[in-house]
Amino acid sequence: MIALDWFVEIASWIAIVMGSAFMLIGAVGTLRFPDFWSRVHAVSVTDSAGMLLLTLGMCIQGGFTLVTVKLIIIGVFLFITGPTATHAVANAALVSGFLPKGADKVRRKISAKETDKKKVKKKKTTTLKRKL
Amino acid sequence: MIRGVIAAMGLAILWLLMSGLYKTLILIFGALSVLLTIFIISRMDKVDGHKLGYDIGVLATIKYLVWLFVEIAKSNWAVTKVILSGQTPEQQKMFEVPVNQKSEIAQVVFANSITLTPGTVTVESEDDNFIVHALDFGDGDMEALTDMDARVCAIETGNAGSKQ
Repeated sequence: MIALDWFVEIASWIAIVMGSAFMLIGAVGTLRFPDFWSRVHAVSVTDSAGMLLLTLGMCIQGGFTLVTVKLIIIGVFLFITGPTATHAVANAALVSGFLPKGADKVRRKISAKETDKKKVKKKKTTTLKRKL
Repeated sequence: MIRGVIAAMGLAILWLLMSGLYKTLILIFGALSVLLTIFIISRMDKVDGHKLGYDIGVLATIKYLVWLFVEIAKSNWAVTKVILSGQTPEQQKMFEVPVNQKSEIAQVVFANSITLTPGTVTVESEDDNFIVHALDFGDGDMEALTDMDARVCAIETGNAGSKQ
């Protein structure tokens, strides 16, 4: 029984310390990287490894209780919403035209799309004017 | 009706797990809130009868998740090395990845898997490919992503023709 307790303590602390380390590494990367696009990647270390290991460590500490169930639910939701939020931020940057170097192909595509949209808008306004 | 009963049972189990209090008054509150939720859901069903479908298999998804966790661990280590190496990442690249999944949920799984593995972020979804930004683009990256695409395709069940 005492051996099991020790095992639980050691396993959970390894997970928690490693998770905290990954959180720190993600923070360091966010500060150190030069531009927006690389910083997004640094944050995803925090999002995946840090979050998963911390939740795992707390689950092991919790044992077979309701706390563990809640932690698992939190973990599942963060597992889904984390990348979705990252995608939303990256997509917002792309849509507003904030592109990294060497993405000329994508840039051309977006500008083509925008001109298409403008054309559609013009058509709509002309038809409206005719009606008026 | 059966769907309503299943939903009520699921909500009740969720409520019991979240609260952990078993006094009579609290239990009555829980039952009332479950009934209210079922009432609202059934009203919404009348507004639009659109049923959510899951076109992915459970066992295959669990298998895929195990593989995904290994991939996350690997790419976490790669990005950690880049962060701690002290160099600025030179090999940033934006590129297109072909998408072969038919159902929407499988596409979401694929896009989120790409974003979840550090080093790659799904930026934009087009009709049949995603625009992905990579932190440290190497030779094997494209192959790894096509491999992931094939694995996500494998979790789809066969009748997935409901691309909307």
